[in-house]
Amino acid sequence: MAEASSITTPAELDAAYDLAIVGAGPAGMAAAKEAAGHGLSVLVLDENAGPGGQIYRAITRSPAPGLAALGADYWKGAPLAADFLAAPVHYAAGTTVWSLAIAAEGSGHEIGVSIAGAARMVAAREVILATGALERPFPVPGWTLPGVMTAGGAQTMLKASGLVPDGRVVLAGSGPLLYLLAAQFVAAGANISALLDTTPSANWGRALPHLPAFLASPYLRKGLALLWKTRRSLRVMRGVSAISAEGDGKLASVRFSKGGAAETLPCDLLLLHQGVVPNINLSNAAGCAQDWDETQLCFTPRLDAWFESSVPGVAIAGDGAGIAGAESAALRGTLAAIGAAFRLGHLDAVERDSRAAPVRAELARMGRGRAFLDHFYQPAKPLRIPPQDDTIVCRCEEVTAGMIRAAVAHGVTGPNQMKSFLRCGMGPCQGRQCGLTVTEMIAEARGLPPTEIGALRLRPPVKPITLSELASLPKTEAATRAVVR
Amino acid sequence: MSATGAGGQPDVIVIGGGIHGCSSALHCAMRGMRVLVLEKDYPGRHASGVNAGGVRQLARDFAEVPLSVLSMALWHRIAELVDDDCGFTSDGQVLVAETEEELTGFRERVRKLNDLGFTHEELIDVTELRRLVPAVSDSCPGGIVSRQDGAAVPFRATQAIRRKAETLGARVLEGVRVETLARRDGVWTVATSAGAFQAPVVVNAAGAWAGRIAAMAGEPVPLKVIAPMLMITERRPHFIEPVVILRGRKLSFKQFANGTVLIGGGHEGRPNPDTNETILDWAKLAESAQTVWEVFPVMRGASIMRAWAGIEASMPDHIPVIGPSARNDGLYHQFGFSAHGFQLGPGTGAVMAELIATGATNTPIDAFRIGRFQHDPPQSAAAP
Ligand SMILES: Cc1cc2nc3c(=O)[nH]c(=O)nc-3n(C[C@H](O)[C@H](O)[C@H](O)COP(=O)(O)OP(=O)(O)OC[C@H]3O[C@@H](n4cnc5c(N)ncnc54)[C@H](O)[C@@H]3O)c2cc1C
Repeated sequence: MAEASSITTPAELDAAYDLAIVGAGPAGMAAAKEAAGHGLSVLVLDENAGPGGQIYRAITRSPAPGLAALGADYWKGAPLAADFLAAPVHYAAGTTVWSLAIAAEGSGHEIGVSIAGAARMVAAREVILATGALERPFPVPGWTLPGVMTAGGAQTMLKASGLVPDGRVVLAGSGPLLYLLAAQFVAAGANISALLDTTPSANWGRALPHLPAFLASPYLRKGLALLWKTRRSLRVMRGVSAISAEGDGKLASVRFSKGGAAETLPCDLLLLHQGVVPNINLSNAAGCAQDWDETQLCFTPRLDAWFESSVPGVAIAGDGAGIAGAESAALRGTLAAIGAAFRLGHLDAVERDSRAAPVRAELARMGRGRAFLDHFYQPAKPLRIPPQDDTIVCRCEEVTAGMIRAAVAHGVTGPNQMKSFLRCGMGPCQGRQCGLTVTEMIAEARGLPPTEIGALRLRPPVKPITLSELASLPKTEAATRAVVR
Repeated sequence: MSATGAGGQPDVIVIGGGIHGCSSALHCAMRGMRVLVLEKDYPGRHASGVNAGGVRQLARDFAEVPLSVLSMALWHRIAELVDDDCGFTSDGQVLVAETEEELTGFRERVRKLNDLGFTHEELIDVTELRRLVPAVSDSCPGGIVSRQDGAAVPFRATQAIRRKAETLGARVLEGVRVETLARRDGVWTVATSAGAFQAPVVVNAAGAWAGRIAAMAGEPVPLKVIAPMLMITERRPHFIEPVVILRGRKLSFKQFANGTVLIGGGHEGRPNPDTNETILDWAKLAESAQTVWEVFPVMRGASIMRAWAGIEASMPDHIPVIGPSARNDGLYHQFGFSAHGFQLGPGTGAVMAELIATGATNTPIDAFRIGRFQHDPPQSAAAP
């Protein structure tokens, strides 16, 4: 049986591939397997040490004791990863992809990668971005205090290093993942004082029309089991609003309001989470068009039926194409790979469509009930658009909500001007943590829909690279001579 | 019919809301003219908002020196001029010689400038170089310093100039693209994506797109659209005050007060002036990285956070086009700054307003006349 060859130095890379896939989560793994099956030369690039992505992180490594806590859904990743590792592809783990652009000469794309401390440009005729999701920013007073982190960040530590949080932990926020994370932390032995659920009660009304589809969906069984389990083992407080982290130089307690009354809970670790949004950093920097999703309240790339973006030859699969979960991600990855194989002439239209039909049917089945979740778990507005002027929005450059509102009053009309003006989005995170907040704040202040405000334009490198790495990039011949001089 | 709206017909229509268009608008407004600025995107969206912010007289083409010196005087009083300091700081700029041979050329340059009566560039030896730029590689034998030079924050500066112009009555329309120009009976009709506007005087300050405006007026120019690239590092411990530039290899280097280091120097990416997009050339950015690696060893571990390019106009002789049209009355050009026009913004606007108001200027700008590119029989944009 063929096997994925792992690439550990830039010298092992081919100069060009038919298809490059960024991300080895469910979408990327499924896309790689499908594409290799159609005879494409495939390169898979991923920054983690092993395949699995965020949801199946560390799936192929021998499980630390705590990992039993991760539940059956986690272990579903194992066969997917095994199939992927058996496919004849090049797999570069521990690799940072920092740039994607249309190639200067000929057709196709040029991808900037960093492997083992050295940078290279790799050419690919087709690209599938399977870069998954990011946690939505949760800009509340005190969210920058030591002792406050995202629940997803804590989960990464649990999966990758078996690290169980110490001390009294409070989880706060909303969304289906919050309960999954809570269940995983409880099972791993964390001391969770409470889960503060900020889902607005008004969401019920908006979600109700989508309830029938949800009741018939695969989400339901899973979701209910989880809720039931978590509720039983945990103190869950619902209808919570106005969260703030308090403490002098480090977290001491969390303050919130419940049923109109202010309450305070002492804690050592506050884990915030209010859903995930597509990670569009690379697609945005590559110039792929994107639209505001009114239900998921985020930007999603504009895609056709084969998940191809507005930039020809760049497809986006998985949660990066709009949040739909791990099982849909794998199906989308398969469809995107079928589309790429067709464009490269490895399939004709009839083969493509017949191959895709069952995958589409399954994807439609998986997607049933999604609308209910999206409406039900829409995060509350005051937790997306901070009402207090002194709340920090851009953590890197310490830009507050008040500064952003003042800039709008001063005539700043969009996030890119805001960035030039206040530097928000110019720091190391490049706006990953403030981009959505800034767009929504400008939209609210100007009384316009976020679509009209637009998104921050991200600049490469989408992940920092060191000067030495960049200097290691092969240069033009003339330059090499000038340097030897 | 024209869509001049409130305020009636302006005296001057400025095409382009970069630092040059805004500066001319400001100086015209200061002279009491009614000004309308038409900008297809938003002011500062292009070269003027994304450049390196270098405010330098150092190492300029001799033809630019008088204008640059005038502009520098305005930069030093920028807060008085526009009610905002534009982030302007004056820590000097240093041109570093990498070899003895280069230093000999520099000595010659400074002598020539002195002969012309300009003293802003001073030759420095290795000791003074090391004092000004302690981190520079030991192999560099000296250089030139221009102590009055410095840097400003480009978007902030462009916005401040724009806002001051508005305070004095200028109108700035964003998202309005100029599509055609025609002149009849001493009045220009400027057709745009938002209707037509009329004025007796038009200023073409359309940056990389100025060649299109000039062509609309029957005055084509060999303007090349370029995309100079920049990159910036994470915050580093403070280690350098002045801006440093090299000549042999392309490099400009500046550390901001927040610790980030801007690396530029003129390597170009690929512009697309129709979509406003630019594509970076990483092999060339790698050359800049290599140069920094050699000249500033302390930078070797620095992380690059962002790289970008701006869309700019370059002329074959690398000096701008400034002055009246050679073929149409009431049309003035102000473009082609060839990647070093930010510093010239305040001064050139003053000269433009002077030209428009009085028909002449004392600042020598003859080298910048558009006629230097015109060899074919004249055409004009006069309506038949
Ligand atoms: C990366 C980079 C670094 C640089 N570094 C420096 C530096 O350190 N120091 C320095 O002195 N200079 C520097 N420069 C050069 C400097 O930025 C430019 O010379 C200067 O900003 C040009 O200003 P402008 O107003 O002519 O052009 P722009 O800022 O490009 O403004 C022209 C405007 O005209 C508008 N426009 C065009 N066509 C139309 C139309 N048809 N209708 C309406 N509007 C239109 C455009 O949208 C644009 O906003 C740099 C340039 C770049 C790109």
